[in-house]
Amino acid sequence: MEKHKKYNTEVTGAEAVILALLDENVTDVFGYPGGAIMPVYDALYDYMDRLNHYLVRHEQGATHAAQGYSRVSGKPGIVFATSGPGATNLITGIADAQIDSTPMVCITGQVHSHLLGTDAFQETDVVGISMPVTKWNIQVTKAEDIAPAIAKAFYIATTGRPGPVLVDITKDAQFGKTKYKHEKCESIRSYFPCPKVNEEEVNAAAELINNAKRPYILCGHGVLLSGAEKQLLALAEKADIPVASTLLGLSAFPPTHPLYVGYLGMHGNYGPNYLTNECDVLIAIGMRFDDRVTGNVSKYAKQAKVVHFEIDPSEINKIIHADAAVMGDAKESLDLLLPKIKSQKRTEWLKRFADCNDVEFEKVIKEAINPNSEKLRMAEVIHKFHNISNGNAIVVTDVGQHQMITSRYYKSNIPNHFVTSGGLGTMGFGLPAAIGAKVAQPNKEVVTVIGDGGFQMTIQELGTIMQSDIAVKIIILNNNFLGMVRQWQQLFFDRRYSFTEMKNPDFITIAKGYGIKGKKVTERANLEDALKEMYESKQAFLLEVVVENEENVFPMVATGASVSEITLE
Amino acid sequence: MNQTYTISIFTEDIIGLLNRVTIIFTRRHINIESITASESEVKGIYRYTIVVTVSEEQVQKLVKQIDKQIEVLKAFYHLNSEIISKELALYKISAEALNENELFTRIVNQNHAKILSISPDYIVVEKTGDEREILHLFYDLEKFGMLEFVRSGRVAITKPMKTLTSYLKELENKNKTTVKHFNN
Repeated sequence: MEKHKKYNTEVTGAEAVILALLDENVTDVFGYPGGAIMPVYDALYDYMDRLNHYLVRHEQGATHAAQGYSRVSGKPGIVFATSGPGATNLITGIADAQIDSTPMVCITGQVHSHLLGTDAFQETDVVGISMPVTKWNIQVTKAEDIAPAIAKAFYIATTGRPGPVLVDITKDAQFGKTKYKHEKCESIRSYFPCPKVNEEEVNAAAELINNAKRPYILCGHGVLLSGAEKQLLALAEKADIPVASTLLGLSAFPPTHPLYVGYLGMHGNYGPNYLTNECDVLIAIGMRFDDRVTGNVSKYAKQAKVVHFEIDPSEINKIIHADAAVMGDAKESLDLLLPKIKSQKRTEWLKRFADCNDVEFEKVIKEAINPNSEKLRMAEVIHKFHNISNGNAIVVTDVGQHQMITSRYYKSNIPNHFVTSGGLGTMGFGLPAAIGAKVAQPNKEVVTVIGDGGFQMTIQELGTIMQSDIAVKIIILNNNFLGMVRQWQQLFFDRRYSFTEMKNPDFITIAKGYGIKGKKVTERANLEDALKEMYESKQAFLLEVVVENEENVFPMVATGASVSEITLE
Repeated sequence: MNQTYTISIFTEDIIGLLNRVTIIFTRRHINIESITASESEVKGIYRYTIVVTVSEEQVQKLVKQIDKQIEVLKAFYHLNSEIISKELALYKISAEALNENELFTRIVNQNHAKILSISPDYIVVEKTGDEREILHLFYDLEKFGMLEFVRSGRVAITKPMKTLTSYLKELENKNKTTVKHFNN
């Protein structure tokens, strides 16, 4: 369908917003109307056949939905919000998108330009407030500046290391008239999103990798963002290198592949953490050495030479010194690297990972997925869910113990099918992000796993599911605790459970109130059938699983400890 | 080891960009000792000069974060030995200094300062120099009764640096290489 025929005709600034979005191939928007953005919503009324708008129940929900949308589609997520509280409610989601490199374009209404700085009704300095958490932002006060600002916003959000941008548009600019013209932004003279890969840097990396006895690949979100999954696989296979993934890198490497050794981080797998301090060349691809991955930096991979593939120059040497840094897009870099890599076999080195895996299986996994306990355990729920869905569902988590368990026990087979809030660790992310993911991939099963705490942070988005009929499946792992904080209180604060016990509502009744089918499981015997019913449901479904109250997630790298000091119990 | 670094930042002329840059310092709990901003020799391109006392590792990271801002063209850092820098100071002192005219004039001359204005109540003295020289004159004049004192931030010209115009040409070429969109 033709998007519109408005080139060079006079339109309002508000209509220019809509037209510019259509010209950027936007099909879906998450938002919430209010005074200062009413002209845009009025213009939207004429374009409802071309632009699907999803009415969320809180602006934070719109940002997480936009994130979920982006993470599974590769397209930027779009958010509308009004000025003042509407705009400030976006900040958590914007910060989350910034730290997890998710492209998002937020459009906020602002008070009339003559009222700026007067403490007018619903005026906040959202450009100032969002500055530290956006890749870029701008305030537009004239109708004719709207289309160029939006074009620039899309270019910045989606190129290089992606991130959130915010365009704040005063109400008079929305009402103003302008001749509509859209020119796609192709470059900005002060912005170099993607450094051209330097052949010498690639040669230096290849030399280190070819001479390595015990090389080890850490794959991060950058592999997914760049679409370098095939190149990563080819590199690993050619040189027989074990691959571990960061939380945000999950699904970039096939989890069933013999070279896949597991997941990194505080609650990651035993071998991947422990053997970091035994490799001789550490190959970091599109990851940023987050403190949850490194543990104590002064005891991290000190014996190893580090090769860092990274698109953002400010990440090089930020945390870990790189002996060879290859700046640029991961896919392009690996394409150049591959022909320079010698084929090798590393049976002994790989066996170390297999041995560690055996230890972890014996001490942690076996009991976790097949427990003797009377009450259900989180890992067995996720393990069963994995088997039912064959690892093919789009899985969205919230933040906490259930998130770590899901990252450990759900093995996502398909790239970009695992969505979680990593850097910011935003409780309340799961439900709205799952809504966004389902909107982007309506033909896929989207299942969000959430704790009882996080669910109640954005529980109102059940209303969005109801109104827009979004078939999201929800698994609540209910332990009646803020489990991760409780675990830390148990381990590091002498079991002083300060405000971590939750008195919870009847989730099934709440779901029913929103017209969403629900089921509560407390017995092991009913778990499998309930999971199947949830997974096979054509509509949204809420499955509450009551689990062990005081279960701890292991292995664990305690704060301040080295990755090689990872504990199994 | 902490040292004094002068950071020179070339930017587009954008509202709020200075805020974006200073946030980078605030977030890392680094104090800005002085800051100046003005248009550079190229129309429409602004130059910020920021002085900080940090380690070399810190200044490297700061400059990378500054460079990362979309509308920053380029940021550099230099040690004092790599730049020629000056500050300007104005001193307002009580007109009573004229009672000791000989001493006062000698101090002004020895410090290579200049008398800008004399009125019945006060005298304004101007001095250009480095921080040490400016403070030296401050202590010398203090005995006459210091009514007001103001110092500009540092302005600095770097010794070994390409011209901004040649740098801008490089940037144009850099952007001619194809850019990969995330959503393509």
